Amino acid sequence: MSALEPASRLAAPAPRRRASFPMSPLVALSAGFLVLVVFVAIFADWLAPVHYTTQNLLARMRPPMSEAGDMLHVLGTDHLGRDILSRLIYATRSSILIAVMGTLIGAVFGTLLGFLAARFRGLIDQAIMMLVDAQAAVPALILALTLLAFFGNNIVLFIVLVSLDGWEKYTRLARGLVVSEQASDYINAVEALGARSARVIFRHLLPNIVASLVVQATLNFPATILLETSLSFLGLGVQPPGTSLGLMLGEGRRYLLNAWWIAVFPGVAIFLTTLSMSLFGDWLRDRLDPTLRRR
Amino acid sequence: MTRFLALRVGRALLTLFLCVSGVFIALRAAGDPADIMLSMDTPPDVREYYRDLWGLNQPLWEQYLRYLFSVVRGDFGLSFADERPAFTAVVEALPKTALLGFSALFLALVIGLPLGILAAIRHNSVIDRLAMASAVFGYAIPVFFLGILLILLFALKLRVLPSAGSDSLVHLILPTVTLGLPLAGRLARFARTATLEVLGKPFIRAARGRGVLPLAVILRHALPNASVPLLMFLGIEIGNILAGAAVTETIFAWPGLGRLVVDAVATRDLPVVQACIVTVTLIMVVSNLLVDVLHILIDPRLGGFRGAQGAHA
Repeated sequence: MSALEPASRLAAPAPRRRASFPMSPLVALSAGFLVLVVFVAIFADWLAPVHYTTQNLLARMRPPMSEAGDMLHVLGTDHLGRDILSRLIYATRSSILIAVMGTLIGAVFGTLLGFLAARFRGLIDQAIMMLVDAQAAVPALILALTLLAFFGNNIVLFIVLVSLDGWEKYTRLARGLVVSEQASDYINAVEALGARSARVIFRHLLPNIVASLVVQATLNFPATILLETSLSFLGLGVQPPGTSLGLMLGEGRRYLLNAWWIAVFPGVAIFLTTLSMSLFGDWLRDRLDPTLRRR
Repeated sequence: MTRFLALRVGRALLTLFLCVSGVFIALRAAGDPADIMLSMDTPPDVREYYRDLWGLNQPLWEQYLRYLFSVVRGDFGLSFADERPAFTAVVEALPKTALLGFSALFLALVIGLPLGILAAIRHNSVIDRLAMASAVFGYAIPVFFLGILLILLFALKLRVLPSAGSDSLVHLILPTVTLGLPLAGRLARFARTATLEVLGKPFIRAARGRGVLPLAVILRHALPNASVPLLMFLGIEIGNILAGAAVTETIFAWPGLGRLVVDAVATRDLPVVQACIVTVTLIMVVSNLLVDVLHILIDPRLGGFRGAQGAHA
């Protein structure tokens, strides 16, 4: 730190650690698991023992920890002799990627609509909130199914559909937050100084509500993963030769009697991911935004 | 209150109208309906016949009006799968879904409600921990994975329950547990919070101070006041039950609305898909309206019925 640093900055007390929300072992474990999932998703190419489409028809439906040829199948093989561990790694990548993109699209789009509704009120507000109500009246899964039937399946549409779950929550949240922030003195002051809407929104309002939005995204993420995996499980989401955790489970369903491991491992992966995410999300909410406490 | 109700009914109708119009717009945006509905190798004259029959040669606004009128009459066209009217297929599937949905809801109420209330009364006890753990489970477990685990355990290993079909009430057990157990977990968490909130209110302390028995405090004073948020919660959960039914019914080959829509989407049986989404929206809108009416009835502050006066402190 240089001597030219303003005195006030030097005198400022060290930032207080928020000791009131320590990470419990369970939350730490969840966070660790999430880091692992992201790591697996990013480095899938290096981590997988073989490519996820590599078949070995001589080693079909081998149980976990069985050897075939010169290769050990730690989690067994499926009905085409493909290594479950490798498929699991790639499936994690595509499921996480789709859910993250769906969450981002839903969050950005929903938040923007919320801003529009709150800034311009009147007819725009009415129209946007009408859309929000309509979305809330139709379960996201059923709506996604309908649009898949109309438009046919392709990956871009599928990602957009996954974002359907929850965009209206960001809109409601952003609108409510902005409406209440707008009444505060600092916004009045900025506006009195002649700042434009866009500047007010992105420079002043957004930084003040971003914590709440991040918490909302975290809490909504499990539902997004469940939407993707449900659709893929039903055979209407990710299509072979691609793979996803839901698709693996759906394929494994037919071989439950003889090879339970095909369906159970991806199921466990989905469950642990959503579980960790909701535990971590609860902790994050308590830490960042106590006003958002789920009822 | 009449005005409130009229407003709610108006909003419900508006939502339905939006949904039906949205289906029309989406279907037109998806391309020429004749191309989607007819197979690729349909001869041009047959295609022209269907275009006439479906009114596709008329201006768009006239198509839209025709569409609106036929939807109001419950006419969505014939199912591609078996040439029945699509709406008939939906009406036939509906009782099965109602049976499954209500039994799952019943299971959730029987397990989740007492668990949540007990957790609130014994705050920070073992029961409380259990309720919170089951709630986390209820939010995180994928319905399809729970269903598959139940099939593995009870149908394939123990061989005590059937995994598919709907012939008897025994067939209802596994789908009900699949759909109802996660709901019970979520309900327990919600009931706990609602009860905890009420228990902190001054009128509860006043009742305790007057020497009202602890059980009476809970039953006469706390629960009636916690019932309104609980009602709201159930209104929200109806959508989850319907979405969960789509997955559950597919796993257990339960011939309800959910399986119908999944099958129809897989074969792109568009008349049935349309009939399904409009029906689902109708169910959601009507049940939310019902929640609003019940809310007025049980909350005396809204001027509903007078029998509940004692409950409100």
